[in-house]
Amino acid sequence: MSTGADRAREAPRIIVLCIGNPDRGDDAVGRAVARALSASLADVEIIEEEGEATRVLARLEGADAAYIVDACVSGAEPGEIRRIDVSTGPLPRAAFGASTHGFGLAEALELARALGVLPSRCIVYAIEGGTFDIGVPMSPVVAAAVAVVADRLRMDILGK
Amino acid sequence: MIVKTIKVEQLARVEGEGALKVVARDGVVQSAELNIFEPPRFFEAFLRDRMYSEAPDITARICGICPVAYQMSAIHAMENALGVVVDGPLRDLRRLLYCGEWIESHTLHVYMLHAPDFLGYAGAIEMARDHADIVRRGLDLKKAGNAIIALLGGREIHPINVRVGGFYRAPRRRELQPLAEELKRARDGALATVRWTAGFDFPDVARDYEFVALRGDGEYPFNQGRIVSSRGLDIAAAEYDEHFEESHVEHSTALHAHLKARGAYLTGPLARYALNAASLSPIAREAAHEAGLGTICANPFRSIIVRAVEVLYACDEALRIIDQYEEPDRSAVDLEPRAGIGFAATEAPRGMLYHRYQLHADGKIADARIVPPTSQNQPSIEEDLKIFATAWLDLPDDALRHRCEQTIRNHDPCISCATHFLRLDVDRGG
Repeated sequence: MSTGADRAREAPRIIVLCIGNPDRGDDAVGRAVARALSASLADVEIIEEEGEATRVLARLEGADAAYIVDACVSGAEPGEIRRIDVSTGPLPRAAFGASTHGFGLAEALELARALGVLPSRCIVYAIEGGTFDIGVPMSPVVAAAVAVVADRLRMDILGK
Repeated sequence: MIVKTIKVEQLARVEGEGALKVVARDGVVQSAELNIFEPPRFFEAFLRDRMYSEAPDITARICGICPVAYQMSAIHAMENALGVVVDGPLRDLRRLLYCGEWIESHTLHVYMLHAPDFLGYAGAIEMARDHADIVRRGLDLKKAGNAIIALLGGREIHPINVRVGGFYRAPRRRELQPLAEELKRARDGALATVRWTAGFDFPDVARDYEFVALRGDGEYPFNQGRIVSSRGLDIAAAEYDEHFEESHVEHSTALHAHLKARGAYLTGPLARYALNAASLSPIAREAAHEAGLGTICANPFRSIIVRAVEVLYACDEALRIIDQYEEPDRSAVDLEPRAGIGFAATEAPRGMLYHRYQLHADGKIADARIVPPTSQNQPSIEEDLKIFATAWLDLPDDALRHRCEQTIRNHDPCISCATHFLRLDVDRGG
């Protein structure tokens, strides 16, 4: 019988990194996806972060595959979902300026790449946000994207 | 009249979003304004009618970089209102938690935001391609700060273990031991950081700031102390409102704080160092001396060295606290709600953070006032720009823009606390 430690050595480490501030409108969408996923993906680490770059970087280290969920602002319709493979190229930085901090996800990914710790498979699910006001709930169109992204992540990770 | 305009749409590597406008005429800077266009913070209003015990967790949400500072100012002000003094191991644990935040916040600024300015890189990513080992050292150092917050605060961001009166749970001595091992390595990394930053090339400038900081009783200040200044101010936190005022300025939605008697002042690492250098631990004091800091550092560009010295001190102080720690009998003292007003100032990484609360007899908050460090430093940052930028007006646009951005970064403004930040607009006339 294999122990947990054996499995940890044998199995690729897969993380889903859900980023956002639960108290700032649509910025909460990444965190909501984490909750929607939590019971349905065994052997996958589901991690919630606020998006500060060095913390994101520390989470990426040692992962074989990383799926990242975050709100973005690109001028698209709120609720629009994009899947971006960052294994081979950078995230469009301007779209991820929604972070309340000047050093966010795009920088974390590029820092990971520069330091050679970017997971070989690295996919970002970006959900267009509409409102980022303090203390307001997610807008309905963005909240509706939560289940869709969770389903797509399950398919991505489980291959079904 | 010679007229020239430079616009910078995004001011990078500061915490938050905002804009800067510099106006020059005939080679002289007439004005420098930080334009802040995010709505003012609503937290003071959120707090009304909430219980006093909720303030630490609500105010921690103001900033993801310095939540401990907000929690600490809130709990000390509440304890002041309720007539309670928390001492002994619980006080030490609060200092330890604050050490974690200084290590995290300062290291982020030194390595990721500020150092690229001095080494000629656009940012930390470009710097990491050439100096991976140095960037890794910074990341490891920051992790030691994260580890303190995670252990004492219950998690790395927005700690949940802090309460008015103490903690929900105090750690066992044995839980702190692995942290000590990590902090010993971090202290070595911090010393290397002081030496590394001391070797940077700095513009030869100095400012005549009025420094304002807490002064502890023989200890470098985190949580407690009198509010003192380099021009003789020496008051309790309860007297803050008598000596300081906030005013609205047209170009900003954040309030600007001034000393009523003298105007702009500076809080933060330069002020703490100028007013408390003698209270640093020997290793931090020696490193500061070796780095050529002297007893006062009035060159804001060299603030990166002072931050590195404070990280070294925080590692050393954390180790001292862990070594001497005795488990408290109780994790928090008992509190009884009562009507009253409480005041507190603590030292956030960026500078002094003042809270004042008025409580109803049932413990609900009647009124709250929060003055973040960046609101206090903004007038001095504008003065820095006004004074320094005149000498740089002949530089090419990109170089001038970069110098102005660097001048702001010197003070590690957290505009997400004060409100938000980005964009630079330089009008040189012509």
